Amino acid sequence: MAADLLALRGITKSFGRVGVASGLDVTVSAGETLGIVGPNGAGKSSLFAIISGDLRPDSGTVTFDGTDVTRLPPHRRTRAGMGRTYQIPRPFEKMTVFENVLVCASEGGGRRKRAALELAASTLERSGLGPVANAPAGSLTLLQRKRLEVARGMATDPSLLLLDEVAGGLTEPEVAELVTLVRAVNAEGIAIVWIEHVVHALTATVDRLACLAGGRLVADGRPADVLADPLVRELYLGQAVTTGEDVA
Amino acid sequence: MSGVVVRRSARSSRFGAAGLIAVAAVLALLPFVAYESVTSSLVTLFVLVTIASMWNLLAGFGGLVSIGQQAFIGVGAYTVIYLADHGVSPFVAIPLAALTAAVLAVPTSLLAFRLRGDYFAVGMWVIAEVYRLLLSRVDALGGASGRSLEGMAGMDQTLRAAATYWAALAVTVVAVLGCYWLLRGRVGLALTAVRDDEIAARAAGVDVTRAKRIVFLASAAGCGAAGGVLVIDALSVQPNAIFSVQWSAYMIFIVVIGGIGYLEGPILGAIVFFALQELLSDAGTWYLIVLGLIAMASALFMPRGLWGQVIDRTGMRLFPVGYHLERHVGTGRA
Ligand SMILES: Nc1ncnc2c1ncn2[C@@H]1O[C@H](COP(=O)(O)OP(=O)(O)OP(=O)(O)O)[C@@H](O)[C@H]1O
Ligand SMILES: [Mg+2]
Repeated sequence: MAADLLALRGITKSFGRVGVASGLDVTVSAGETLGIVGPNGAGKSSLFAIISGDLRPDSGTVTFDGTDVTRLPPHRRTRAGMGRTYQIPRPFEKMTVFENVLVCASEGGGRRKRAALELAASTLERSGLGPVANAPAGSLTLLQRKRLEVARGMATDPSLLLLDEVAGGLTEPEVAELVTLVRAVNAEGIAIVWIEHVVHALTATVDRLACLAGGRLVADGRPADVLADPLVRELYLGQAVTTGEDVA
Repeated sequence: MSGVVVRRSARSSRFGAAGLIAVAAVLALLPFVAYESVTSSLVTLFVLVTIASMWNLLAGFGGLVSIGQQAFIGVGAYTVIYLADHGVSPFVAIPLAALTAAVLAVPTSLLAFRLRGDYFAVGMWVIAEVYRLLLSRVDALGGASGRSLEGMAGMDQTLRAAATYWAALAVTVVAVLGCYWLLRGRVGLALTAVRDDEIAARAAGVDVTRAKRIVFLASAAGCGAAGGVLVIDALSVQPNAIFSVQWSAYMIFIVVIGGIGYLEGPILGAIVFFALQELLSDAGTWYLIVLGLIAMASALFMPRGLWGQVIDRTGMRLFPVGYHLERHVGTGRA
């Protein structure tokens, strides 16, 4: 219990008739990697919004690093160590790629002056965006925008990084590169929660996999066990999803 | 990563900065060489540059589109009137006018920030009207018909004109450089992010409300100082004129044609607007029609304004606030 970095307890949230969470419990311990799968519209992105503070749950609590953050605004959660990406990238279009990352290092990461510049520059190089550092973010391709999402999340100097479908649309070599990056980030002790439909990217990265459906985690455990779960298979086989299916 | 090199200025901007200092120096010497009619009309130009720069800061960087900034022009003007009654030199009162406007901007922001988008814009207008109505009721300040400024009677006319000119110039220089200083620093980076995407800015760790409040206060202070200059220039105040929504119309027009979101935009826009005013001063109603057409054409064909065109053609930035990362360590300069 005490070791939990993030704990959601009894989270309920609905948009009118559409329920996205009903009594949802999720815990993530420090340095852990958790993958989340689930059908389209299951409420995965909404779960991130609740964790990061973009959405207020109707009931339930969000605890981060031992503090109840349920009523904390998003920027305070970022400063407390939650980094996140958006499924539909939201770059600061008129700022350069470097400035996009710099603002995260400065505000979220709490770095000042030179330290902010250094963190931003090294994060860009690590995420492969060095060559476009001075381009306006609005000029990036979709793939570069997704990378920028990851880089910005990293630059806030998080202890928990939330990744929302950052592998979608990538070629195989690009997925492999991304997996390497995420593992390197995790190796620094940063916990990862990764929502992804590209299941083999998850299985190559995470220790633990959960499946979200009907507003709850219907399966949660070792990736191989979760993917073998009949309910998860049914939820997934009902959809055309590229799983790659060579389960670890 | 100790070899990170980041440049803040482009080549053209060093030339630009030297040019600006030269322009400011020439302007400062003008009262010694030029006719009073010239310096006195330049006071109007300086006020326009100041208030437009404040509106640009607010809307172009804070994303706060207001049509009620005349509230702070009026507050500044009345502060100077009040302090002059109590023996403070009107010139000394200008910074205090800025301060008063900034202080009143705190409760104003608490109210106005509850409104979003169009509601904020119109809400600010309503708030400006409330300020006007309240101040029109104070008989000591001249009530609804306004009042003249005390404390200037004993001053030599030529000296007064020169002092007014210098005060206006100083306010403008401080306002423009203040914007530059604000935007070049940490707050500026955060604000630029807020301008581009508020939700992503929060996720980046930016305290969006605080960033907006900072520009709101700064913008109020600048408008307050401009109001002080206006009252010293006119030697009187009239509530309906000083709290007129026309000031906001001027600010918006200038910023739109000059280029929103660039510090250079309002300067260029104000010069163009000022020139149009002089050219069309006898044209009556046509003046407004021409202004309207120019604003529409500008919004349609040059959404980034005149300064956007200058950037596209020359790449010039007089006030570089961006960051340029030199990737090949050792080849750039800090
Ligand atoms: N702001 C909102 N207002 C109303 N309904 C919403 C809102 N955000 C999400 N929803 C609805 O909530 C449900 C869950 O959406 P969410 O984006 O969380 O799903 P998801 O699991 O991330 O799906 P995907 O795999 O397609 O990304 C959907 O039915 C969606 O339409
Ligand atoms: Mg989603």
